[in-house]
Amino acid sequence: MSAQPRIAVRFRVDPVACDAYGYCAELLPERVTLDEWGYPVVDGTPVDGDLVAFATRAAAECPRRAVLLEAVPVRRQGQPGSAPDGDGPGGRNVPSVGGFRRHP
Amino acid sequence: MSVTTLATAERLLFVDGGAASPLDLSGHIATHGAVAIPTRGDHSWKAGMFRAVAESGLLGRGGAGFAAAAKWDAVYRDPRRPMVVVNAMEGEPASDKDRVLLTYSPHLILDGAEVAAAVIGASEIVICIADHNGSAASSIEAAIGERRQAGMTARRMSVERPPGRYVTGEESALVSWLNHRPALPILRIDKSVPLNVARRSVLVHNAETLCQIALIARHGPEWFRQAGTLEAPGSTLVTVTGAVRSPGVLEVELGTPVAEILGRAGADVDLSAVLVGGYGGAWLDASRLATPYAPGPLADAGATHGVGVVIALPATSCGIAETAQLVRYMAGESAGQCGPCVFGLPAIADDLEQLAIGRADVEALDRIQRRSAVIVGRGGCRHPDGVVRVVRSALEVFVADAMAHAEGRPCPGYDHPTVLTFPESPATGRRSP
Amino acid sequence: MIATSSTALWYTTRATGIVALVLLTGTLVLGILTAGRMRTRSWPAFAQADLHKRVSLLAMVFLAFHVLTSVLDTYVNVGWAAVIVPFASPYRPVWTGLGTVGVDLILAVAISSALRQRIRARTWRGIHWLAYGSWPVAMSHSLGMGTDASKLWMDGLAGVCSLAVIGSLVWRIGEYRKSRDRAISAGATTRSVSVRASERIETALSRSPVRSIPVRPGPGGTTTQIIERDRP
Repeated sequence: MSAQPRIAVRFRVDPVACDAYGYCAELLPERVTLDEWGYPVVDGTPVDGDLVAFATRAAAECPRRAVLLEAVPVRRQGQPGSAPDGDGPGGRNVPSVGGFRRHP
Repeated sequence: MSVTTLATAERLLFVDGGAASPLDLSGHIATHGAVAIPTRGDHSWKAGMFRAVAESGLLGRGGAGFAAAAKWDAVYRDPRRPMVVVNAMEGEPASDKDRVLLTYSPHLILDGAEVAAAVIGASEIVICIADHNGSAASSIEAAIGERRQAGMTARRMSVERPPGRYVTGEESALVSWLNHRPALPILRIDKSVPLNVARRSVLVHNAETLCQIALIARHGPEWFRQAGTLEAPGSTLVTVTGAVRSPGVLEVELGTPVAEILGRAGADVDLSAVLVGGYGGAWLDASRLATPYAPGPLADAGATHGVGVVIALPATSCGIAETAQLVRYMAGESAGQCGPCVFGLPAIADDLEQLAIGRADVEALDRIQRRSAVIVGRGGCRHPDGVVRVVRSALEVFVADAMAHAEGRPCPGYDHPTVLTFPESPATGRRSP
Repeated sequence: MIATSSTALWYTTRATGIVALVLLTGTLVLGILTAGRMRTRSWPAFAQADLHKRVSLLAMVFLAFHVLTSVLDTYVNVGWAAVIVPFASPYRPVWTGLGTVGVDLILAVAISSALRQRIRARTWRGIHWLAYGSWPVAMSHSLGMGTDASKLWMDGLAGVCSLAVIGSLVWRIGEYRKSRDRAISAGATTRSVSVRASERIETALSRSPVRSIPVRPGPGGTTTQIIERDRP
């Protein structure tokens, strides 16, 4: 895990464009779950490290282009600014998946 | 200024001999005095006027409550050519104040629009009135005609008639309609970037806000702050309906206790609760009627200032039934663009209706709470948030009723026709090119 | 000069054509499943959408070879024009022409997808619907050309492909009906189900078990007077 790109993004969904395809929840379950009607419930905690690739993939795959990625400034220790997004049901603390390797 | 010794704040509406009469141009000048609005204001005038509005602390009267000066700042900084849009749509069914202002003080609205236009350098003003509000539209058109005849032609003024749905009063929906698109809200990521109509940046103000601006232009910010509270200065229009003897539109200082507002409208029956802020506002228990009608105190009480609306619910009515109908209506007024609102609101309405008639299952209350929590903040506009606020406040204020209903014992009042009324909604149309 | 005999080209044309047909069938089935939002635990929907795109690319590669070898083959005179212009081939114009129509449709879909960011969503979607037309055209072209058509394995292959397409269409129509019913019961207005807004609200309110004052026209719900000031 040495050469981490030091970028972080905040995952956001445009609710008007969203049509409940659910690809984002499949690709980034650490940040997106689906409500009972299939629409995404997004955790506003910034995405960093390995997960950025999945967030980017989710944004590319969304058939309605409803995923918006906001760049988040990264603080010196490599920790992204952690204030959760105002939208959505508040920032839940998502357990770190640092040790779990997957291929985007 | 002490909040307890409020007299009627008589600034926007002058009532003489028990009735108000519409003010034509000469009557308007006789009542309010004249104000000099330059055709092309020089920088010091603009700066002075901007400072006056900023120092007045005027908050928007359209429901969102943004500081008026902040909006001016955003539009002024935008490099595109600006225009002013007057939002007199009155999307809130329980409110009548925009129509009252259009009928009785149209020149005050136009003065405010001209002041705003002069400061931001706009040469066009568009007044938006709901398509079903014909008399108000005639009134403002007559006023525009008077001004033209009097040679006050510095800015181009026109009247538009978008469809009168609940969401068309929302700023971005209104602007969408002016852009020949459906009158539905759009997602705004950065609220500091102004909306645009045909590539011109747009300053949107509620009609009442503009009236206040017109008065600030005449009398200055210190005068403005003589009424109201420190955080929420000035007067505001409140529409009082429900179990009151004289329903209608009142002008009060911000910070007036709700009980006093009700008193002036002639509330004389036992009330169980009061709906404040509109159909997207919140219920206030009868024990909390001393709460001042101002953003801060109302928020502390779990309610919101919203649009000036107070609806008195008599003790003989059923708050759960009223809320059920409200949610059903608001579900129908959804713009239909975002899943959580489109599916969530009807689902909550279903449960509330079953609860109202005492046929809800044991999970109903939990389901309502759960769904409320999950849909809040996830729409493209604040429509579902307002409904959730009403629902949550209902379950708190009418908690005893809710429990009884859930156990299959609806209160006797559920069978009465509701106090809240709902207008027929025309279909959403498009602006004709 | 490539020393390919005409026979080799002929075999290549037939082979690549058949493979292209199978891949086109696969593309269509995957596209239908993607549009119908089909997903299982081991097959997430995004993977199917992705596979649909990749299989379509592969199909186009084989289609390109099929077209190329058929034109280069001197045994039958097809001519370069027939690649894009339907029914321009001297050799069996009708059946070849159908193939050309298929190529045209697929080209339109491919180009619009490549330019997807630059064109309006509605335009892209409209052109993509043409893809539905390319399959029966390709299938009739294959069977009509006749070279392998009468053989059992070819008929069997055509039958399997047809079953796959029809099966997924049936599933898709069922899904469409389900989602439309769900939207109607939610009182929602979806793009494909347009219910007049006022009827929807009136119906909902009148069907509500809670009684309210009947919906009525007019602005607001209030009377129109301004409260008079208390006389001092």
